[in-house]
Amino acid sequence: MSAIEVRGLRKSFGGTEVLRGIDLDVAQGEVAIILGPSGSGKSTLLRCINHLERPDAGYVRVNDDLIGYREAGRRGDASVLRELHPRDVARQRRRIGMVFQQFNLFPHFTVLENLAEGQLATGIAPAEAAERGRELLARVGLAGREKSYPSQLSGGQQQRVAIARTLAMRPDVVLFDEPTSALDPELVGEVLAVIRDLAESGMTLVVVTHEIGFARDVADTVVFMDDGRIVETGRPEAIFADAEHPRTREFLAAVR
Amino acid sequence: MATTILSPARAAVDVHADGPAGDVRLVPRRRPGRWAAAAVVAVLGAMLLNTLVTNDRFEWPTVAHYFTQEAVLKGLWLTLWLTAVTFAAGFVLGIGLAAMRLWGGPLLQAVSFGFVWIVRSVPPLVLLLFWFQLASLYPQLSLGIPFGPAFVTFDTTHLIGALVAAFIALTIDVAAFAAEIVRGGLVSVDPGQTEAARSLGLSPRRIFRRIVLPQAMPAIIPAAGNLLIGLLKSTSLVSVIAVTDLLYSVQLVYNQNFKVMPLLLVATIWYIVITSVLAVGQYFVERRFNRGRRDARPFREILADAARLRPRLPRTASRAGERG
Repeated sequence: MSAIEVRGLRKSFGGTEVLRGIDLDVAQGEVAIILGPSGSGKSTLLRCINHLERPDAGYVRVNDDLIGYREAGRRGDASVLRELHPRDVARQRRRIGMVFQQFNLFPHFTVLENLAEGQLATGIAPAEAAERGRELLARVGLAGREKSYPSQLSGGQQQRVAIARTLAMRPDVVLFDEPTSALDPELVGEVLAVIRDLAESGMTLVVVTHEIGFARDVADTVVFMDDGRIVETGRPEAIFADAEHPRTREFLAAVR
Repeated sequence: MATTILSPARAAVDVHADGPAGDVRLVPRRRPGRWAAAAVVAVLGAMLLNTLVTNDRFEWPTVAHYFTQEAVLKGLWLTLWLTAVTFAAGFVLGIGLAAMRLWGGPLLQAVSFGFVWIVRSVPPLVLLLFWFQLASLYPQLSLGIPFGPAFVTFDTTHLIGALVAAFIALTIDVAAFAAEIVRGGLVSVDPGQTEAARSLGLSPRRIFRRIVLPQAMPAIIPAAGNLLIGLLKSTSLVSVIAVTDLLYSVQLVYNQNFKVMPLLLVATIWYIVITSVLAVGQYFVERRFNRGRRDARPFREILADAARLRPRLPRTASRAGERG
């Protein structure tokens, strides 16, 4: 069983087709890293996986749950999928973590409140939420910063808090949307180290990044996207050493 | 201090630079213009104070006498509660209009837009007179099934007296502006905040209440405070339809004793007092919603600055070094 199963995904924004039929499987515990030029649809794919974007066609399943829809019988030989109420989509999203390029911490909450908010929404007791928050802060190397506000932290620290905030929900999979692209170069390492640590703990991750070295070290699978399609998928050794597709070779040559 | 500079032409040259040496004392730029302006203002201020004290026609004893007279206080009370009630009702209506505009779908969006457009285009005094004269358009109002039978019928003149007309007109006026203030505040919140909250699995209601609204408040409150103060003053319009607010109350007095200026001063001072109280209240509400913001400053600091007549460097500059 795939942890993430994407089938025939299509998405257009105002006449421009950003995803042109995506099929992707990510196994339990697998680390899939998506590479590709900007505008190739990487972020949109990620955002469709947790239904932040509503796909035009196709579907996504995470641990066998259809995301954002429920099956509502058949019409002819087609299955009818009806979009769920936002409340029910929210419940599904708790199992799917997401880390953003711009961190998107809640600026009016302290670090600990940021980590607690999602847990409180699921009905976890405040003391327990705080306890788990503190554990996770220690895990991302920020013990003692519970009472800081996000504006008092560096970019790297903010992103580590954002990762901890996502982990607080005990997600089955975590999606990373260019987690280091907004960081000063000297702060990239500390964030990648946390993601690497997660990968080694056996968590299912999908990471969109431009950090080629990181992809080579950490990925189980490298997915290369271009122009709304998945061009090539494979083990990092294979892709980096000898990509099949000329577009992949071109891209890798350009970013190296 | 002597500095050694390597030059390609000669091996090494000792340069006795004229640069700073030893202890350094930095002297801020002199600001003669400021002193000149301060002198002019001081003279003008002294003249103002002088005329306030020496011109007997201000009749300060009369002002003091009427300041706490029962008729005036009754008018003041009406002004206060009319302001409070119309502001509350108008803001609730405004929130509804903003919600229609943001999430209502095409029809409700158009309705909200149209309402705001029309009401903002009509001066509040005209709105007030319109509602006051509604009886000439609809002598009777009735409650019933649309296009069908009426259950109860009222005389418009009895139903909508001067006070009710004032309430309706001011509420509608406030609602249009409040709608824009609320909408502006909500759209000013970074969409990334909503996305992060959605990806954490927060329900739409919780996202609004815990994430979006608290971050919209810093944008909403100053504008809402302005609106409230503007409304307080707009209530004086009701004097034209003989509602005994603060202004109309003093007018009734000076129409009898002809002490126009002293009585206008009574009303003026009361308006200033209330506005000041509102402004202080606004400050504390603003501070409540500025959690986590770098520019949040304690009240005594602001007072101290005001006393020194000298702006401080913005906090961001001094705090920048703290970023780790």
